[in-house]
Amino acid sequence: MDIDVRSSYCTSETENDVARATTKRREPDTAKRLNGDAVFRYLTTFFAFSILAILALMLYEMAGESMPAIKAFGWKFVSSKDWDAVQETFGALPYLYGSVVSSVLALLLATPLSIGAALFITEIAPGRLGSIVAPLVELLAAIPSVIYGLWGVLVMAPWLQTTVQPFLIEHFGFIPLFEGAPYGVSMLAAIFILMIMVVPIITSITREVLLAVPQNQKEAAIALGATRWETIKIAILPYGKSGILGAAILGLGRAIGETMAVTMVIGNAPNISLSLLSPAYTMPSVIANEFAEATTKLHASALMEIGLILMVVTLIVNALARLLIWSVSREAKGGAA
Amino acid sequence: MMNGMAFRKVKNHLMSFVMLACTLAVLIPLALIFVHIVKMGISSLSIDFFTHIPAPTGEPGGGMANGMLGSLIMIGGASLIGLPIGILGAIYLSEFGGSRMSTTIRFAADVLSGTPSIITGMVAYTLLVVPMKGFSGLAGAVALAMIMIPIVLRTTEEQLKMVPGSLREASLALGVPFWRTSLKVTLRSAMSGVLTGILLAVARIAGETAPLLFTALGNQFWSKNVLQPMAALPLQIFSFAIAPYEDWHKLAWAGALVLVSVMFGLSLTARYFSRSRQAH
Repeated sequence: MDIDVRSSYCTSETENDVARATTKRREPDTAKRLNGDAVFRYLTTFFAFSILAILALMLYEMAGESMPAIKAFGWKFVSSKDWDAVQETFGALPYLYGSVVSSVLALLLATPLSIGAALFITEIAPGRLGSIVAPLVELLAAIPSVIYGLWGVLVMAPWLQTTVQPFLIEHFGFIPLFEGAPYGVSMLAAIFILMIMVVPIITSITREVLLAVPQNQKEAAIALGATRWETIKIAILPYGKSGILGAAILGLGRAIGETMAVTMVIGNAPNISLSLLSPAYTMPSVIANEFAEATTKLHASALMEIGLILMVVTLIVNALARLLIWSVSREAKGGAA
Repeated sequence: MMNGMAFRKVKNHLMSFVMLACTLAVLIPLALIFVHIVKMGISSLSIDFFTHIPAPTGEPGGGMANGMLGSLIMIGGASLIGLPIGILGAIYLSEFGGSRMSTTIRFAADVLSGTPSIITGMVAYTLLVVPMKGFSGLAGAVALAMIMIPIVLRTTEEQLKMVPGSLREASLALGVPFWRTSLKVTLRSAMSGVLTGILLAVARIAGETAPLLFTALGNQFWSKNVLQPMAALPLQIFSFAIAPYEDWHKLAWAGALVLVSVMFGLSLTARYFSRSRQAH
């Protein structure tokens, strides 16, 4: 992988460059060179701006295709729970409800675990152990969601059905959260699988945030006689606060958009039920299940509108998360300079 | 005073223990999944898996050879579309970009990579499947490319930025035109890092299922024509996992093992490349 300067040096163009003394010859040559550079510049500019074009095209297509449904149902689309492809009435409330409940609860479970694990990796574990666990977590974050779904539907759901759910019904059945029959595939299964999936993501970003905390912050706390936990509490966590929040929100974005694994374990029934044991449905799941078979224009358009809502929500969530994470890394860079 | 200190020490140990417990709680389910895939996968994997198409409904045997071929074709197609856009776009960002425009493009790339992958499938459906009046491998490749582009763009840009300015200046001082400098000096000396990014992007799209649902659609038979519905390994894992047949579940596990092995292989190769870069 040596640097290929020599071959360039030998091109006729460059030889001219060296031999050239008069300004007379310089002009056409510079023009020629500028030309190559200009083409290159236009080319790279074109490709870079194509990213913006893709994003704009996506929003435009989604909005355009949603129009029939937006016109037909207006705000009722998000407040009604009638979803009937035969009658052509579409209300997306059960899907919104399912998406919000599954991803928020998954996040509430995942965030403390992830913060604990990230702290353990960066602050507690001896160097080598941390350096084994960290890449392991990152490797696991890359497992495709269909494989989580495969495990979820063939291993976890039956286990929930025979072990966890009967236990919950027997002992906590009086709470509306745990009412009903043990189906296995359920909101609970979706929450668990989402939790397992977002934990590696939140952990690895939190770890990066914690690594950006300046050493002198920690040393100051230790010099004051703080124990390790107190150092974490008074120096590390307050400093990384907004970055950790950003990591959690990024996890939320991932959970809301998660399609395959959730579709496979949530049961796909458009219920709005308090009980975590009953099957439910989410926005991406209904798209995955119905879009290819949507025969009427209105049905397809309603699914497009769900997609549009999904896209706008994840856009906002991700933008917020990036801003929070950037603010920490920028502060850290500012501190080092 | 001593009491206070003792209490603080106990609390310190307690919290350390809680953090260890968190780490275990994170790793145990992931380890369970991994062990399960390996165990079930190995017991279901056979030569047939790599050479045969799926057996008819409910019959034992068969494989996912057509899915693997389809995945390879679509990953290749997505790379053909996505790599030039991603890499040349990254050169713009690191070599030319004015600060405001670059920030906007970077932000767009981040937004794009955070967009749920099923949305890219819907967009590819309206852009290609509807006008061409049919599901196709081509539409699948385009959907995958849309996922690949922002990843390649961002990682390549990071790598290009790490190339010291003196290298560029040395080349320019020798009279090498800027465009040749960018391609032959800057990009080339960042190559191992760029390759790492490409491998990670390929690993990511290799496992994507949602964008293929309404683009490639899947195919029970051999499918080599990119204008026809095309089989893909992740799609087959999905449809076999939710089918009620024990034999199909077995094939799904075998497919999962193959997919995970490929992805881990790619990740490890990527790690090797990035390490060899650090050693320089």
